[in-house]
Amino acid sequence: MRYETVIGLEVHVELATESKIFCSCSAKFGGEQNDHVCPACCGMPGMLPVVNKHVVDLGMTAGMMLNCDINRTTTFDKKSYYYPDLPCSYQTTQWFAPVAVNGLVDIETSKGKKSIRIKQIHMEEDAGKLVHDDWTDTSLVDFNRTSVPLIEIVSQPDLSSAEEVIAYLERLRSLLRFAKVSDCRMEQGSMRCDVNLSVRPEGSDKLGVRTEMKNMNSLTAITRAIEYEVARHIDAIENGTEELVQETRRWDDVKGKSYAMRNKETAGDYRYFPDPNIMPVVIDDAWYNGIKASLPEFPEIKRARYIDELGLTEYDADLLTASRAFCDCFEAAYEVCGSAKEVANWLISDCMNILNRKQMTVDELKLDGKTLGELIKLCMDGKVNRGNAKKILMEMFDSETPIDPAAYAEANGFIVSNDTGKMDEVIKAAVAADPKAVADFKGGKEKALLAIFGKCMKELKGNCDPQKLREALLKHIDSL
Amino acid sequence: MKLYLAKNENVTSPAVVLDDMILTSDLPTTGGSMMLDNYMSLFGADIIEKLTKAGYAIAGKANVGEFGIDLVGETSYYGAVTDDKGNLSSASAELVKSGDVLAAIGLDVNGAGRRAAAMNGLVYVKPTYGTVSRYGTIPAACSGETVSVSAKTVSDCKAVLASIVGHDDKDGTSLPEEKCELVKTSAASLKKVAVIKSLTKDIDADTAAKLDAVKASLTAAGVTVEEIDCDVLAYAKTAWGILMCAELCNNVSRYDGVKYGHRSENYKTIGELYTNSRTEAFGELTKTAILYGSETLSDDNYMPVYDKSLRIRRVIIEAFASLHAEYDAVIIPASSKAAYTEADINANKYISFDEALYTAPASISGLPSVVAGGVQLIGKAFSENTLFEAAKIIEEGK
Repeated sequence: MRYETVIGLEVHVELATESKIFCSCSAKFGGEQNDHVCPACCGMPGMLPVVNKHVVDLGMTAGMMLNCDINRTTTFDKKSYYYPDLPCSYQTTQWFAPVAVNGLVDIETSKGKKSIRIKQIHMEEDAGKLVHDDWTDTSLVDFNRTSVPLIEIVSQPDLSSAEEVIAYLERLRSLLRFAKVSDCRMEQGSMRCDVNLSVRPEGSDKLGVRTEMKNMNSLTAITRAIEYEVARHIDAIENGTEELVQETRRWDDVKGKSYAMRNKETAGDYRYFPDPNIMPVVIDDAWYNGIKASLPEFPEIKRARYIDELGLTEYDADLLTASRAFCDCFEAAYEVCGSAKEVANWLISDCMNILNRKQMTVDELKLDGKTLGELIKLCMDGKVNRGNAKKILMEMFDSETPIDPAAYAEANGFIVSNDTGKMDEVIKAAVAADPKAVADFKGGKEKALLAIFGKCMKELKGNCDPQKLREALLKHIDSL
Repeated sequence: MKLYLAKNENVTSPAVVLDDMILTSDLPTTGGSMMLDNYMSLFGADIIEKLTKAGYAIAGKANVGEFGIDLVGETSYYGAVTDDKGNLSSASAELVKSGDVLAAIGLDVNGAGRRAAAMNGLVYVKPTYGTVSRYGTIPAACSGETVSVSAKTVSDCKAVLASIVGHDDKDGTSLPEEKCELVKTSAASLKKVAVIKSLTKDIDADTAAKLDAVKASLTAAGVTVEEIDCDVLAYAKTAWGILMCAELCNNVSRYDGVKYGHRSENYKTIGELYTNSRTEAFGELTKTAILYGSETLSDDNYMPVYDKSLRIRRVIIEAFASLHAEYDAVIIPASSKAAYTEADINANKYISFDEALYTAPASISGLPSVVAGGVQLIGKAFSENTLFEAAKIIEEGK
């Protein structure tokens, strides 16, 4: 018999806000244990939650990017359960009126295009982290992550293979990064997902027994886990190796196996109810329209525009549109210098190299596009040669304060000189200082000229048109 | 008998006492619970700054029923408070009555302060919900609890309230400043009041006499006093009981013995740590509320019980709105009888829930309530000045 797999995903994404969802503590990843905490996010009595407006901005942005309807009155609710990483023993989340509902995400796999329906997106606070110390047999709790804002994106069970799941996650990641909702780094846990999976005979309209694997945080682990679960389910159905029950399972990526954590009977009753300390958030037209207007162009639309209108190659367009930071920089620089190809070259080769050397990701590009455009323009106009322009670019990456490329070039003697008298002087001196090289050149050794050319260039600090220097040098040697 | 759970030395006049539901950073705050015995907060309530700025000294912290949910003063870990006749009273009411302090600031969760004020002949105000910051108060039933003031005279009560009213960014339910100001600035308008007959059926002779005296004073001052029925207000008792217990159950879930508060010495697993710490440190009424509250929030009961209570809240707010369209204030007793002893409580552990028949309508609706002459006057939002004017007439009519 042939089987089909039915998968729904719950994807948690940490939002890119400066501060936490209900207090002003930093929401940054890392830091010393319990450094980013206050009485509010530690659950001390007497502190009241005040909603961080930026969290709602990003929740709405995510909803709009995933084609959802936005609930214009959205509310927060409490979800109760005991765990030491949850300081109030309740999590503030959205149960009754989540910020966004009924969305649609398009994916593409080897089997073609498909639309995945989104049930809802809700905003909530993250929990803290437990650190287990086997040496002293104790557990320690770090509340830095407590109340860091999250959205949970709940899909309908529209996915049917590991390949589709990966395509869906990559699509979510691309859209959310583009809209600056989150950096979606699975390895740092800022994107993680729960996989709900069941298997049924192909063509059946009845769903099989569903199991859930929680907190998956790498694409390869997700692929392996789905393949393992599908095989386990089919084995159970066909060979009766075990009785499938609705349960939560944990994936052990080292052993390549999933293990039962808890089943439906022992699952908690979360006792949801509206949080009386948080007034319903009413999204008026001005707020709604402001967010709508701030949405970025979808990456594939940008890509098509870069190719069709700006004449970039597919290769260049792909590289640029992989990151919102690159697109923003590219577009701003293009506006100043007018050459898409030049800007693409500078970004893809020079800037990418510098980022690699600094071990930064493309999303961490902080370069001001307008300044980059000015630099490229200086270069295109022949006012600064490429070598010196690269030095200025490096300085733009390193400097704490903004750099004005023209002023910097002027101050550091990087402006290409039209002073032919100075050039002739330098050429005369260099030729006189190396008669052997001149003789070698005249004797047919083309390369011998390079040494003299290099010395001249160095003497002129690179501030000349190489073509003109070459011509003048040849002319001088000929005249000897 | 402990009236003060903590006390400041060399307190200047005028001084106010804070119920031990209000967090202070220089004195311990217990919420009347063993769970928070000797708990030192890292911060103080917003109102403390406002009181200090207005020139009031903080005398100390008054004993309260555990988490403020009792109604008759019976559940403090530090022992019950009785008056000189042995009747259950409240520490803050005793301190005001004796003149030890000018006024007492409390957190009105279930109306214990209103009952105590009525019993002791004090003036008491529970202002419009959202006009006084709850930042730095121990949370019990957040959707209705309100910082309150009691004093011997109307003018003292009014002045102390005026000093703490105001918007606070740290409290998401705090109303905008211009709304808060209305508590102080809206003009009094007292022409016609209604006594809710359906809530006077079960009161004792003493309470009935107080009600008659209030009616007489108001009538003598030219206020029209009418008696009407409004049966729906009686549903507030059960609905508020459900909301209050559910919210309390959720709010006290943070006391798990892990980070602060009482931790049992008897545990091997994390489950035992939670269970034994809570079993040891919570009093009986709190445990009852936890069981009741978790039951009403369970999957099976949420819609038929909790959600229904939220809808009853709307019905009661609407009932008050139509009453207030015609009447400037609604008068109901603050309790069926003034005097309860510990023996009464031991005989019937549900008095705290039953007596809420009188206090719950104002708690669930968030409307301002003033106690004077032993009865309770409920007005529309921001009508505190109207209620104080009635209280003044009652005060002078004595």
